[in-house]
Amino acid sequence: MADNGQFTGDGESSATTGVPEGTAKSNISRRGFLRGAGITAASTALIDGVQLLHREAAAETTKGNAHVRELGPGPVPVTLNVNGTEHVVQIEPRTTLADALRTHLGMTGTKVVCDHGACSGCTVTLDKVPVNSCMTLAIEVGSRRIGTIEGIAQNGQLHPLQVAFVKHDAMQCGFCTPGMVMSCSALLERNPKPTLADVKKAVSGNLCRCATYPKVFAATLEAAGVAPEKSIS
Amino acid sequence: MNKFIFSDCTSVDAALSQMTGGAVVKAGGVDVLDRMKNGVIEPAKLVNITNIPSLRGIHETDTGVRLGALVTLAELGDHPLLQSQYTVLADAAGHAATPQIRNAATLGGNLMQKVHCWYYRSSDFACLRKGHDMCFAYDGLNQYHAIFDTNVCPSVAPSSTAVALNALNASVELTSTKGKRLVPVREFYIKPDDKHPTMETVIAPDELLTAVLIPKPAAGTRSAYQKYGEKSSYDWAIADAGVVLEMQGDVCRKAAIVMGAASPTPRLAVEAAALLVGKPITEETARAAGLAAMQGATPLSMNAYKVQLFPVAIYRTILLAAGKMDRDPSAAG
Repeated sequence: MADNGQFTGDGESSATTGVPEGTAKSNISRRGFLRGAGITAASTALIDGVQLLHREAAAETTKGNAHVRELGPGPVPVTLNVNGTEHVVQIEPRTTLADALRTHLGMTGTKVVCDHGACSGCTVTLDKVPVNSCMTLAIEVGSRRIGTIEGIAQNGQLHPLQVAFVKHDAMQCGFCTPGMVMSCSALLERNPKPTLADVKKAVSGNLCRCATYPKVFAATLEAAGVAPEKSIS
Repeated sequence: MNKFIFSDCTSVDAALSQMTGGAVVKAGGVDVLDRMKNGVIEPAKLVNITNIPSLRGIHETDTGVRLGALVTLAELGDHPLLQSQYTVLADAAGHAATPQIRNAATLGGNLMQKVHCWYYRSSDFACLRKGHDMCFAYDGLNQYHAIFDTNVCPSVAPSSTAVALNALNASVELTSTKGKRLVPVREFYIKPDDKHPTMETVIAPDELLTAVLIPKPAAGTRSAYQKYGEKSSYDWAIADAGVVLEMQGDVCRKAAIVMGAASPTPRLAVEAAALLVGKPITEETARAAGLAAMQGATPLSMNAYKVQLFPVAIYRTILLAAGKMDRDPSAAG
């Protein structure tokens, strides 16, 4: 379910690097235009609030058992904590976390490539643990904090890892890059001084068909302040 | 993916009450969602068990270790006790799939995952294993399929933790409203037969896999798991071996050798293990055991290479278990 026109426009490149959209050189990005033409992400919560009022009581029943909650199959309100901000989305239980982020919240930095957990292009973190958002139902995330590529830069400043990715040109087509950055940032969170072997293991699920792995290794080690090892590949 | 009711359960009893009318149990969801996305199953209800606290945790007991069904593959691979005393299991779980999948996939789900034959996993093929008339793998693409027990459905056992647990002679705890029963992993999986080609395990429709119990290993026990594949990560094994050795000094007193991707169920290589007993583990005995494990192999049109590959996987894993060889850098995971 990779989106169309994936190789064009400022919107894609800004989403890839995690820089907030609209701050790129053009004021009207491809994605910004598409959003403006349709439902805006900012109004999603408002619409959800209205729909909530109309929600049928039958959508959620306990059947007298306090240990069972039946949800769906129609849309139900789900609260997602994404990069520290709570969003309420109205989604069917079958909605994956990747789809909730991209389609319902307009956060298209997370990429869906294989949609089967095979490539890790859709990697996000749940309480700082990297998972495949395409193989996670949004409804089961619960109170866990979701981290996406959009939350990596802080206060308009790129994360050191993003700076290192740019410096080392650690991408070619860039489609795997958000997932790579999420895997590597999660690694640095739990292991600030990784070895080359640690970095290789951290991205062992992230498929890069351009084969830019050596530059990802170099960028991650530099961001961690670890001297590169002799053979990086 | 079809629409479904999401039945979120917080107790085992609640989950058991929901397992009716074609409902499918979902833990980490890696295998279930994959089959739903492929249109192979279209359940009206998913019973979510990930919020049941009693199914979590790795607990050391007087008799061994008890693993909750919701323990993730990452937790198994990283656990110090498992790494030191149940190395074969930590190795198998820690080298399965990808880091992202290991963080979500559960032990119970890994044991219950369906076979990965591409005909089975495609909604375009009405195959024998899905309850239809014919197997497409025999005359089709069968390079990753079985070399033993190929007479009905030659898809291979997909779970690497099942290989390890078979070697450790572990048991699964199955819970229903009627109570609990323990089934040895060696009896849990069923070879597909003509009458019941769709059955993969002995679990009943009203039973939930709630835990795995592994007996405490005898003194001198050493173990290892290695898999070989086309890719160094993500992929399922094309040949893998789990080895448990009970050593007394240099001499092997007891051995279990299990192959995963050789047969529709994890295959205990009894003849191979017998060759090690009463002898020191050397390159020679390990090689002989690897070759003996291939007795009776019936490879298909495209997978005779496995008859060459498995002996290598077995002999290198025996030496790894015995501490006489490092982990093979060409092994996957």
